[in-house]
Amino acid sequence: MYFRLGWRNIWRNPRRTLVIMTAVIIGVWSMIFLGSLMRGIADQMVRNGIATLTGHIQVHHNGYRNDPVIENSMTDPEAVETALKRSLPPDSRWSSRVRVNAIASNARHSSGVTLVGIDPQRETKISFIGGAVIQGRYMNPDSRNGIVVGKALVDKFKTKLGRKLVLMSRDTDGEIASRAFRIVGIFNAETEATEKRFVFVTLPAAQQMLKLEKGISEVSVTLSSQQEVHQVAHDLRAGLPSDKYEIHTWQELLPLVTAVLKMYDGFIYLWFLVVFIAMGFGIVNTILMAVFERIREFGLLNALGMKPGWIIREVLTESFFLLILGMLIGNSLGFLSFFALSGNGIDLSSLAAGMEYFGMSRVIYPIIQGKDVVMANLVVFILGLVVSLYPAVKAARFTPVEALAHT
Amino acid sequence: MNIVECTNVKKIYQQDKLEVRALNDVSLSIKKGDFIAIAGPSGSGKTTLLNIIGGLDVADSGRVLVDGNVLSTMSQTELATLRLRKVGFVFQAYNLILVLSALENVEFVMLLQGVPSSERRERAKAILDDVGLSDMYDRRPAELSGGQQQRVAVARAIVSNPSIVLADEPTANLDSKTGASLLEMMEHMNEKKHVTFIFSTHDKMVMNYAHRLVSLRDGQVVDDQVHER
Repeated sequence: MYFRLGWRNIWRNPRRTLVIMTAVIIGVWSMIFLGSLMRGIADQMVRNGIATLTGHIQVHHNGYRNDPVIENSMTDPEAVETALKRSLPPDSRWSSRVRVNAIASNARHSSGVTLVGIDPQRETKISFIGGAVIQGRYMNPDSRNGIVVGKALVDKFKTKLGRKLVLMSRDTDGEIASRAFRIVGIFNAETEATEKRFVFVTLPAAQQMLKLEKGISEVSVTLSSQQEVHQVAHDLRAGLPSDKYEIHTWQELLPLVTAVLKMYDGFIYLWFLVVFIAMGFGIVNTILMAVFERIREFGLLNALGMKPGWIIREVLTESFFLLILGMLIGNSLGFLSFFALSGNGIDLSSLAAGMEYFGMSRVIYPIIQGKDVVMANLVVFILGLVVSLYPAVKAARFTPVEALAHT
Repeated sequence: MNIVECTNVKKIYQQDKLEVRALNDVSLSIKKGDFIAIAGPSGSGKTTLLNIIGGLDVADSGRVLVDGNVLSTMSQTELATLRLRKVGFVFQAYNLILVLSALENVEFVMLLQGVPSSERRERAKAILDDVGLSDMYDRRPAELSGGQQQRVAVARAIVSNPSIVLADEPTANLDSKTGASLLEMMEHMNEKKHVTFIFSTHDKMVMNYAHRLVSLRDGQVVDDQVHER
């Protein structure tokens, strides 16, 4: 009967019920949908970070991270390969690289870049570059003079495919090494900064230019699951001498992204709270109005023997229905919005220049996490009932004589 | 055996700076099974006395005993329980729950008492049949006439077998024919179920039906007559 009474009471004033339900619907929808956008942004940041030559784990010579000079290269890559073969799960991939700071120049322009010497076949499976070439071609493994550069750098240098680009860096002898490459491919990346920063040549070409012989700067590893990262990193640390090698996970390699991810968690829950506070005032106000309109009725219920606690339960039952209905519709709309945008995402190209400093993508794909949906609904449901207690207690405190005399 | 005992009951209302003595030293005993009318002009204290006997209001001084319970010592929750178990109310304005049907209104008090669903339904139907509303179980109050609503209110008041039914001007909004029919029905219930009925009224017809007539004036009992049945 409580449910029957509560259900019928909320439809006594359909307009008021729809107003409060709309507030709950918008609140829940915004919590779920905007939460999914924030999760999408965070996920893209991680994916971009990992795909932009970071990987899940990297192996370096001890000290390279603090001072990425050519002297801190790994001169014995076979030892690292042996450890990788022993420690990595079967479906994981890895690639060796030479990575040094360099100056790129042509007849008119010059710019600081990161020269990356790669194994083209291995690299294509672990980072973005394999699928990012939009003009020309990806490098052949035996290419000696070919270079792949970003579109933004090409635009900046006002150059094009087939033109020369000279790279300068310091070799292992401490001398300035310089070599001319021919642009064979132009790549597109999620961020303009990546396009301007990285230039790719083959690993042997970079080793030859820098007199590294078999030396490499880093080994990047990608795993099939992020859950494996810490265990694999632990195994690698155990398998390689710590005085010669250092192993870092992506969380350590991308401290800004890691910090932003943590911040996003806080933001999402803060957002939930802000939305709820706005919604909570609406709920209290509307239920209070409903209670004051029915003072006489609450007096009657009390006169008939309904104890104050039961009257509180009755008012909370009405709130329960309003919240559940609002949550059902809000969740449905939230998921509909999510599905509508999950295919093509939201294109924020116009804001990309500012966003890319934070490693954000030009297109945001929303991601729904179960914990966010549960949290949004719990916040609305539990706090909704809690704020409804105020009007409910008011209703229970009307004395029958005063309430029955109320007109 | 007295089911209600009021001893030196006083009740004063404060209206702005004016003190209104609604009940002034009222003493009254009502026997179980009485069919009693409390009469008097407007402002004589009839409704206040009924409210105090029903535990809806509290006396400022004096002692009110209802079925062995001293009301002044009871909390709001205990008073609600007393009303639920021992007192039935019939109001002048019917006061049915608008969103419930006639049957559900009658069931409502039994629901609060924890009567099982099937028994509740059975008893509610039986009492609605008794008050002549056997074909109106599913009608909402808005779909019933005044007389029909008051019959539902009476059914609601007596269905849980209370010790006392307090009826505050039950015929005030009814025409004389409907009022007489309602009074006959209540008298029948009084005789059949031995429920004590206490009316507040200034309706002559109710006074004539009553087996005992207590007259109030300015908050005091000025007359107390037992009518021949």
